Amino acid sequence: MNPPALTLHEAADLLRQRELSSKELTAAVFDRIAATDDKVHSYITLCRDSALEQAKAADERLKQDQNSHPLLGIPLAIKDNFLTLGIRTTCASKILGDFIPPYDCTVISKIRTAGAVITGKTNLDEFAMGSSAENSAFFPTRNPWRADRVPGGSSGGSAAAVAADQCIAALGTDTGGSIRQPAGCCGIVGLKPTYGRVSRYGIIAFASSMDQVGPMTKDVRDCALMLEAIAGHDPADSTSVNRPVPPYSEGLTGDIKGLRLGIPKEYFVSGMQPEVEQALRQAVRLLEQNGAVIEEISLPHTEYAIAVYYIVATAEASSNLARYDGMRYGYRARGKDLTETYMLSRQEGFGPEVKRRIMLGTYVLSAGYYDAYYLKAQQVRALIKKDFEEAFQRVDAIITPTAPTTAFKMGEKTQDPLQMYLSDIYTISINLAGLPALSLPCGFDSDALPIGMQIIGKHFAESTILGVAYSYEQSTDWHNRKPQL
Amino acid sequence: MKLSREEIQRVAMLARLRLTAEEVERFTEQLDKILQYMDKLNQLDTSEVQPLAHAVDIVNAFREDKVTNRPNVDALLANAPARDETFFRVPKIIE
Repeated sequence: MNPPALTLHEAADLLRQRELSSKELTAAVFDRIAATDDKVHSYITLCRDSALEQAKAADERLKQDQNSHPLLGIPLAIKDNFLTLGIRTTCASKILGDFIPPYDCTVISKIRTAGAVITGKTNLDEFAMGSSAENSAFFPTRNPWRADRVPGGSSGGSAAAVAADQCIAALGTDTGGSIRQPAGCCGIVGLKPTYGRVSRYGIIAFASSMDQVGPMTKDVRDCALMLEAIAGHDPADSTSVNRPVPPYSEGLTGDIKGLRLGIPKEYFVSGMQPEVEQALRQAVRLLEQNGAVIEEISLPHTEYAIAVYYIVATAEASSNLARYDGMRYGYRARGKDLTETYMLSRQEGFGPEVKRRIMLGTYVLSAGYYDAYYLKAQQVRALIKKDFEEAFQRVDAIITPTAPTTAFKMGEKTQDPLQMYLSDIYTISINLAGLPALSLPCGFDSDALPIGMQIIGKHFAESTILGVAYSYEQSTDWHNRKPQL
Repeated sequence: MKLSREEIQRVAMLARLRLTAEEVERFTEQLDKILQYMDKLNQLDTSEVQPLAHAVDIVNAFREDKVTNRPNVDALLANAPARDETFFRVPKIIE
């Protein structure tokens, strides 16, 4: 047995059968991190001592209660934009380089109560702004499958940690694809739940109308278990929705007979890597063999989504990031007066992509441009949402690639922000419409890089997309492949 | 060009960001290119479309006006760049 390579449900079973203790599992995960993280650079902060203490406590609880929570004693990696009490939380930014949160975000409180072990905080694009994890103020993360490729972003550290067996599962956040695109690049499962399904309280805000927390896991069952653990209403997040949390993992039957799956014709356009299209077409055939009914659909406003997203997201970000003024927490530079202190603190504290987005967001909200950009974008956002509403009258779920290409080369897109933005083309509409969507591996290209398939559902239909993903996963073995490190 | 250097400087001031001369050049060029890309939205007639701010229907979430958390002053001040007993120490604000 190689404990770090276990899935969450395998590890949970072994813990209950006393084949493995949480302490052994946790120690083995830290050995794996020590052996591999100089190549991958998934983690910003490691919590070895506290993790081993949590593991010891979990072993005690396991002795007393065999029916305990499936997360009990399981080592999880956390993206470094979740506030964690007493654990440095940087958002991969110099401006929060020394920030130690005075409280846990709701999701962390939940997994701590469940008894999960926190291995550490993973790398990301600064303030979750990016698609490659290269915008970190500290260092870039590398793709475990090939060191010259990006792991995707912004949750690149969490995705790489799961793929490299440096944790059993991880948490990420997704504002425009930041869970699904790195999951696709690293060959793992990543789910962005419906907006409002998981509390955002204590998640460092980027674009508040789209930010959402979700699981990043080694298989679909793990994804369902993690979602069960983190979903639910939170009075501290006024956008969280008060609806019961279904037992997602119990609903995984693999039966998709008669389920109607839509393939949007606008998503198969030039610029897509031919191997990605082939893999996806094959995956669709397999789903059809498993009993699904395939139908071509149209999402006519797809081509406008990137423009809408980069107006709405930057506008919200420019407002959210106004709080980093060097007064109450975070980096403070020394200026000759108050205004200069603000300006220097922000100049020195933020990296280039964050500044670019603050500038863009400030511009589109500024007097004289608000109607032309921000209001216009919100109107087109309504049209994009309507496209999905109409499609979902005909189909139960929508199948697309997660990204137009497999993981691109490090440095390939850093000089051209617009090219970087275009790599989010298949994921961002989903955030604009608030829908749930999942990425899972559906093949490999000729460079042995994973290819991701995205499954999009109706609002709060996570069970449906998990079911489709599970059916596919049961018929394939892509999820069992591991990178050589 | 949609954007001038002066406009970039004005926006930077609104955002309280000091930019180097090199950043002004680079952002002027990059934001200009991005804004030109965004002009494709003008292909759509949206005169009859209600703007959408939130994708999921949400109503105001009210609760009773009751104190539920007790601020721990030391914990909140622990991250302050400068403090003076139980206060944040900040640059002089009023001349």
